[in-house]
Amino acid sequence: MGLVKRTLVGVPLAALASSAVAHVDTGQAAGFLTGLAHPISGLDHVLAMVAVGLWGAQLGAPAIWLLPVTFPIVMALGGLLGLLGVSLPGVELGIAASAILLGAAVMTERRLPLFVAAALVGFFAVFHGHAHGSELPPGQDGLLYSLGFVVATGCLHAIGIAIGAIHRWPAGRVALRIAGGGVGLAGLFFLWRAIA
Amino acid sequence: MKAPGIDGGVRAAGRGLALVLCATQAHAHLVETGLGPVYDGIAHFALTPEDLIPALAVAVLAGLRGRGHARRVIFVLPLAWLLGGLLGAASILALPGLLSWLPFLVLGGLVAADVRLPAVATTAIAAAVGLFLGLANGAAMAQAGAGVRGVIGIVGAVFVVTTLGAASAVAWQKGWLRIAWRVAGSWIAATGLLMLGWHIRGT
Repeated sequence: MGLVKRTLVGVPLAALASSAVAHVDTGQAAGFLTGLAHPISGLDHVLAMVAVGLWGAQLGAPAIWLLPVTFPIVMALGGLLGLLGVSLPGVELGIAASAILLGAAVMTERRLPLFVAAALVGFFAVFHGHAHGSELPPGQDGLLYSLGFVVATGCLHAIGIAIGAIHRWPAGRVALRIAGGGVGLAGLFFLWRAIA
Repeated sequence: MKAPGIDGGVRAAGRGLALVLCATQAHAHLVETGLGPVYDGIAHFALTPEDLIPALAVAVLAGLRGRGHARRVIFVLPLAWLLGGLLGAASILALPGLLSWLPFLVLGGLVAADVRLPAVATTAIAAAVGLFLGLANGAAMAQAGAGVRGVIGIVGAVFVVTTLGAASAVAWQKGWLRIAWRVAGSWIAATGLLMLGWHIRGT
């Protein structure tokens, strides 16, 4: 059998193979993967997280690292409130507002004092955590779900920071401001959807 | 019925504490490698994030403070883990399994904040974490029939992981890399907060 034929037979067989059950606990890897996929399944969350990274890149040090350190912890605090059953009014409005204001901050290259910027990002993080951090599918592992959720959110920040590296070039600055405008417009759409 | 006074409160607190200390151990699963209890212990540690991540966090915490801290911690953590494991395996002491979020929250918070701890404090934290997690591991190994040999496998893995983690943090901490460690710490602390929520919720 030729290499091509063997590949054609072998690859589908490998793809169809079921995973081995290594031990009695189930839902461990699934919990991590669900947590990892959760933040990127909603455009509102994705845009707000990337906007945090973009804004951090525009502001430079120390905001560029302070914001990504602050956000996950405060977001988890929001998730904790959700898990404790503490209701937070207007969660969807808060998420939409986060996209609008963070997008506007990127669009205008707004340079707020560090404390104010961290407080603003932290305030919105509570809404994102409350909405998304407590949605564990039944039968999955809470720890690995949480870990996946936090890691994915952090990676979205990192993507924002990496994109924000174009800020060093004049054309890059313009592109970032346009991107910020796009995030803000998307936020307006989310707001309309939340109200309607 | 007499209203509970201060003495009643103290007695109630004592009974509560006794109940907590007598709480049954959470039934941790044991991966059976087929290669014996030592390898089962190694596999258990490698596949249990409740143990692996705090061990790495202690290593990074010490590594970020420098070589002196790291050199102490890479020996203190496994030794404390061994002591805790032996006590747990002998069922001398047992800790409730509901505190697994605590090392995540505390260690992740310390790494994220890049707290300038003295060497004594870093060492004490490593000892406390080792004892805490070792107790739980020892009891789990005894339940699974792996006993002391399972604990030895875990402690060997703890030593390797701690040494690699601390060495990485010592070697790679200039500029952005130090920030990357701190961001990782914030992720661990955030996970700890969410774990606390899951425990309270009873999931």
